[in-house]
Amino acid sequence: MKHLDEYRDSSLALPLVEELKKAVTKPLTVMEVCGSHTMAIFRNGLRSILPDGMKLVSGPGCPVCVTSASHMDAFIAMADIPGVHVTIFGDLFRVPGSNGSLAEASSRGAKVDIVYSPMDALEIAKNNPQELIVFLGVGFETTTPGIAATILAAKNQKVDNFCVFSTQKTMPAPMAALLDDPSLKIDGLLCPGHVSTIIGAKAWEPMARKYNLACVVGGFETADLLKALVLLARQVGRGDIKVENVYPRAVSREPNARAARMVDEIFEPADMDWRGLGPIPQSGLKIRETYRDFDAEVRLDITLPDSKEPKGCLCGEILKGKKIPNECPLFDKRCTPATPIGPCMVSSEGTCAAYHKYGRDI
Amino acid sequence: MSEKMILLDHGSGGLASQELISEVFIKHLDNPILNSLEDSAILENPGGRLAFTTDSYVVDPIFFPGGDIGKLAVHGTINDLAMRGARPHALSLGLILEEGLLFDELERVIISIAEACREAGVYVVTGDTKVVPKGKGDKIFINTSGIGFVEEGVDISSKYAKEGDVVILSGTMGDHGITIMTRRAGIALQGDLKSDTMPLHRMVAALLKGLPGDIHTLRDPTRGGVASTLNEIAENSGLSIEIDNEALPVRPQVNAACELLGLEPLYLANEGKCLVIVSGNKADEALRIMHGTPEGKEAVVIGKLVAGKAGRVVIRTPVGGARVVTPLHGMPLPRIC
Repeated sequence: MKHLDEYRDSSLALPLVEELKKAVTKPLTVMEVCGSHTMAIFRNGLRSILPDGMKLVSGPGCPVCVTSASHMDAFIAMADIPGVHVTIFGDLFRVPGSNGSLAEASSRGAKVDIVYSPMDALEIAKNNPQELIVFLGVGFETTTPGIAATILAAKNQKVDNFCVFSTQKTMPAPMAALLDDPSLKIDGLLCPGHVSTIIGAKAWEPMARKYNLACVVGGFETADLLKALVLLARQVGRGDIKVENVYPRAVSREPNARAARMVDEIFEPADMDWRGLGPIPQSGLKIRETYRDFDAEVRLDITLPDSKEPKGCLCGEILKGKKIPNECPLFDKRCTPATPIGPCMVSSEGTCAAYHKYGRDI
Repeated sequence: MSEKMILLDHGSGGLASQELISEVFIKHLDNPILNSLEDSAILENPGGRLAFTTDSYVVDPIFFPGGDIGKLAVHGTINDLAMRGARPHALSLGLILEEGLLFDELERVIISIAEACREAGVYVVTGDTKVVPKGKGDKIFINTSGIGFVEEGVDISSKYAKEGDVVILSGTMGDHGITIMTRRAGIALQGDLKSDTMPLHRMVAALLKGLPGDIHTLRDPTRGGVASTLNEIAENSGLSIEIDNEALPVRPQVNAACELLGLEPLYLANEGKCLVIVSGNKADEALRIMHGTPEGKEAVVIGKLVAGKAGRVVIRTPVGGARVVTPLHGMPLPRIC
């Protein structure tokens, strides 16, 4: 971790605070696409020192938050099928569906295990041959290669009681769907650092051109974040719109070819339903026909229920950056991390969770 | 020959129970009060006030780097007594064993309890064992209650924290919580993550002796971590607390594991750390005393009590920013990406 400390060093960060003040020469609104960015910005207290004229809104980059109510209900219904053992990343555990959460299903006796990697789920499958282990694929490009590798491993090792329910989503398709909405006024994108390690910085170039949108790929430490904000403000101020990468220690311009090949072997693009954004063409990944034995939707013959978003919940508008959590009538009243109504309050990367945790008046 | 296991018989009160008591409990926990095997222990009362506390321990895995469930059960209850300024004296030991637990594993835990008691100068004076059918428990659950003596004039409570008081943390954050989480997840990380479980009563005694009247609050930030405990102190004292982000002590390997799992050290459990709220002008002396004890050699000032909204905890970040620190909601869950 040593190489990170320099990016946290306040002697490096403090001059950037001054630079940011100088760089903001006209009002601008920046969307941080990624939930980890939202959290990192809050954690570093950067919102409290933003210059006048610069506004940050959070985007649809938290994978749990954009999981549709129909998918959530399908997950929970699946956990209740006898013989099915559901494995998930922790964030998903407490997300409410129309009828309880996976945490509640687990307390009723459903088998739900939190894992740290899909490979752990495969291990569970090997150790429990009498059960069907289903891994819930909820994530962006950062998690897809790991899932693809696990399916390949399951095939090679002839593990036939393991499958994946894929709701894997891709960037930047939903951003285009968002930006087509004329009511959303965004001048720049703080592009996701982790996702861009896979898709490459150049994936944002069409976005910058088509929507005249300043795009900067940024890291997650104090200095990374400040540097990205400085460049976004400068691009907007000077009208010099392009894609810049201030996270070159992790992100290249080109995509990660090896990851792409592996993902392409297992998955194919598919239309995907997003919470708040609705169905977006070719914005998700489904398991290819060749690997249908590893596709939970095929194996368990799942039909997605027609579920409704929780009443009064503004997660959808918040994911689009149109509302902030404080504008939701449920926020911090009926909806808290202990009693979440929408997913944005549950996930550690959710915008509502971030506002609840950090976003109070000092 | 297969390994000897705990059977339902061991909790029946019959011969097998007797064998367990004599061959494991009395053998290792040996002291006159326990050895009498009466229905309750009779303790001498030196006069004055008693502190009384109880806690249950269900940690999985039961053995982990830096300790085990037995040590935790002794240290946790000792520390709860110490946090009110009490001198720990006697413990009860309630065990719920799952059928099939290896006899050797139980004995290892009891030996560990005996060692922890000896090292801390406390005694297990009464106990009970039940065995539940396989699948109805998880190897071993422990409850310990503890009695301690409170010296005259000692009055420690989170409601006594005052404006201008300084917040000292006795060492690094999150060592126990991250060790358990990574072990549970089977994540092997470089660097030696280990639990910080240890008894704090000697360090507390040194502080109370050296600074009578100036130690206002003592709290051990166990579950919920430093963040949640600070919130409770702020709430109970009716004040705000300001924390300096750069002062918060975290071992690099704990930080690295937290980054990987999307967790914050501020919210992770500690089992051998203590928050000390001391009069502002005595903070240096408190640090000097703590640095002279093995439990407090890494103690640092992390913040102060200030006037402001009751119950508010604010962290000042290196870039001059600030954010509110809320208590933990639910258990810390690892993130997706």
